[in-house]
Amino acid sequence: MRHLLSAADLDRSEALLVLDTAEQMAQTQQREIKKLPTLRGRTVVNLFFEDSTRTRISFEAAAKRLSADVINFSAKGSSVSKGESLKDTALTLQAMGADAVVVRHQASGAPHRLANSGWINGAVINAGDGTHEHPTQALLDAFTMRHHLVGGQVPGAATGADLAGRKVVIVGDILHSRVARSNVLLLHTLGAHVTLVAPPTLLPVGVDAWPCATSYDFDDALDGTDVVMMLRVQRERMNAAYFPSAREYSRRYGLDSRRLGLLPDHAIVMHPGPMNRGLEISAEAADCARSTVVEQVGNGVSVRMAVLYLLLAGGPPEAASPEAADRELVGVAK
Amino acid sequence: MSAYLLTGVRPLGGTEVDLLISDGEIRALGADAKSAAPADAQVVDATGLIALPGLVDLHTHLREPGREDAETVESGTRAAAVGGYTAVHAMANTDPVADTAGVVEQVWHLGREAGWVDVQPVGAVTVGLAGEQLAELGAMADSAARVRVFSDDGHCVSDAVLMRRALEYVKAFGGVIAQHAQEPRLTAGAQMHEGELSGVLGLAGWPAVAEEAIIARDVLLAEHVGSRLHVCHVSTAGSVEILRWAKGRGVDVTAEVTPHHLLLTHELVRSYDPRFKVNPPLRAQSDVEALREALADGTIDAVATDHAPHASEDKDCEWLAAAMGMTGLETALAAVAEAMVDTGLLDWAGVADRMSVRPARIGGLAGHGQPLAVGSPANLTLFDADPRWTVDPTRMASSSRNTPFAGREMHGRVVATFLRGRATVLDGQPVRQTVGSLA
Repeated sequence: MRHLLSAADLDRSEALLVLDTAEQMAQTQQREIKKLPTLRGRTVVNLFFEDSTRTRISFEAAAKRLSADVINFSAKGSSVSKGESLKDTALTLQAMGADAVVVRHQASGAPHRLANSGWINGAVINAGDGTHEHPTQALLDAFTMRHHLVGGQVPGAATGADLAGRKVVIVGDILHSRVARSNVLLLHTLGAHVTLVAPPTLLPVGVDAWPCATSYDFDDALDGTDVVMMLRVQRERMNAAYFPSAREYSRRYGLDSRRLGLLPDHAIVMHPGPMNRGLEISAEAADCARSTVVEQVGNGVSVRMAVLYLLLAGGPPEAASPEAADRELVGVAK
Repeated sequence: MSAYLLTGVRPLGGTEVDLLISDGEIRALGADAKSAAPADAQVVDATGLIALPGLVDLHTHLREPGREDAETVESGTRAAAVGGYTAVHAMANTDPVADTAGVVEQVWHLGREAGWVDVQPVGAVTVGLAGEQLAELGAMADSAARVRVFSDDGHCVSDAVLMRRALEYVKAFGGVIAQHAQEPRLTAGAQMHEGELSGVLGLAGWPAVAEEAIIARDVLLAEHVGSRLHVCHVSTAGSVEILRWAKGRGVDVTAEVTPHHLLLTHELVRSYDPRFKVNPPLRAQSDVEALREALADGTIDAVATDHAPHASEDKDCEWLAAAMGMTGLETALAAVAEAMVDTGLLDWAGVADRMSVRPARIGGLAGHGQPLAVGSPANLTLFDADPRWTVDPTRMASSSRNTPFAGREMHGRVVATFLRGRATVLDGQPVRQTVGSLA
């Protein structure tokens, strides 16, 4: 794996390697001194063409805890708005010697262009591109699911396990959601059964061919599910006639206390944030004991540490055994 | 003007004969060509080469005036000659827009000066392509450029009343409206063919229905007011069905298809490489097959390149920011050979019909698309169907490099092109016009 552009870049063993490596990273983060020297002297650039403070600081924390030098390059006003072109920005980063470029861009496929146009040599990590994908979000979501559903919330207990047979319901604006696309691909790779729930207007044409089920009825889909993941819905969508009103959306597709009651006891509630309280999720659901919203943020750092580590310090060949990776991590941390 | 004796040439891919060109006409064909040749006639060994009437493009973007960094009339028409063309229709979406007699005459003059092919300007249907007010269609028709084809190409004349009036109005001077069929609201922000792949790639979809709905409306309008309609760059199987139905009813409609829609599919968009970004977008394999069949059975009348050169910075970027369009003049014949001749759907007479005869008739160009017969204007193309070559964008005559076929192996090259008896291309190389003598 040279880049991480899509959740489809990962087969089952590679996905598990990232998750297992993230478990080890999470354990190092319980120590008093969290910083590991693994990526000392390497440069990670956070190239954000679109505002996303939470994703940027998550990557920044991950890179810093691995001792990489971090450059934050906020390039709002890209070629789309006649600023500096993606190409010139990439050439600049190449000249500065970026070992990895974490890119967030409003254009679907922009990370593919960065990785495949010969502009830069470094590893490219997709931190969300347009309405395409957000693979590290899917990885942190899978990590969170595995921790709760397989590992019984015991750190490291889920190592090596996938999500075979688990039922995941993803609800909301699937059409415009990069989180949904990456999650469908990764969760399928890990053996989970995904059901997408949305009004028909917010499901993409051709969704029937995706490796998941779809439903227009939220209540039906909740029966026996292990995970319910709510997606942010932008209020402006109703202006384009995707749905008539926020109130109607909330009634048909929002997670409220009644629907919370339909969930099995062990089921968890997820949201990639930022939440629209009162639209897709009620305050009660957002703050309930089974909500993993805050935990997802913490897991994001561990997962991104794992991705940076695997791309920059050793790919699957060297780090094939988690023990070896652990030896190195623990060794250098002393 | 020099005379040319082409020996061993195969008119429309038939048996080998000698062909004499002099004084701008085909002077002799067959056994008497040699004896009729003047002493100073240049002999061209054309053994085995296929002779076609000079190709006619109904849909070329020459970019001048306005975007001379992407193409000029000179570079674009040189590319056309290299591709075997003797006439092109220059689309109106320049800057300023070709919506007045002044602009169409400027483009026409530039074409005459360049001398590579006949440049027939297309006039805009509406002022500034804005779709609100009819441009002075009659003034353009009466100008030196003698405009007969009108199009807002790049934009759809989406207002039904305006489209009806335009169809009616141009009847006064035998004009035709060439519609860019794209329902604007259904395609706001559209990036690629809407289907399974657009959903996966997260790119806004351009649904087939947005093209088909406009074509359906327009054939009904053309029938209602008894006017001629031409449909630009048809791209979907559904559009073919509507055209077939309309022609069956006797509606006076013609249609064109691009070489890229005959050969390429939306699968190429997986690369996010903007070389493959075009409007209308590349479609599915089933559409490609329907378009090929329609071209073969005549439902689609013509191949038109929609040659759309773009400066490199407009393609060397992310997909969303990239311009739509592909160059096509220099690869059109090889593309059609691959899509239509190799597959047995058309013979060379059929290629001549779809790439020269019918487009000349639709565009009203009397001197083009004529039979390869004694007395016809010597507008012709010699094509060697065999040599395999790899498309190299840096070796194109066009100023722009945005060919979707870069790196692809194709077969068949234009060896020579003659415009009214003057060689514009010989040995595959453009031949510059000497001493500015307008043909």
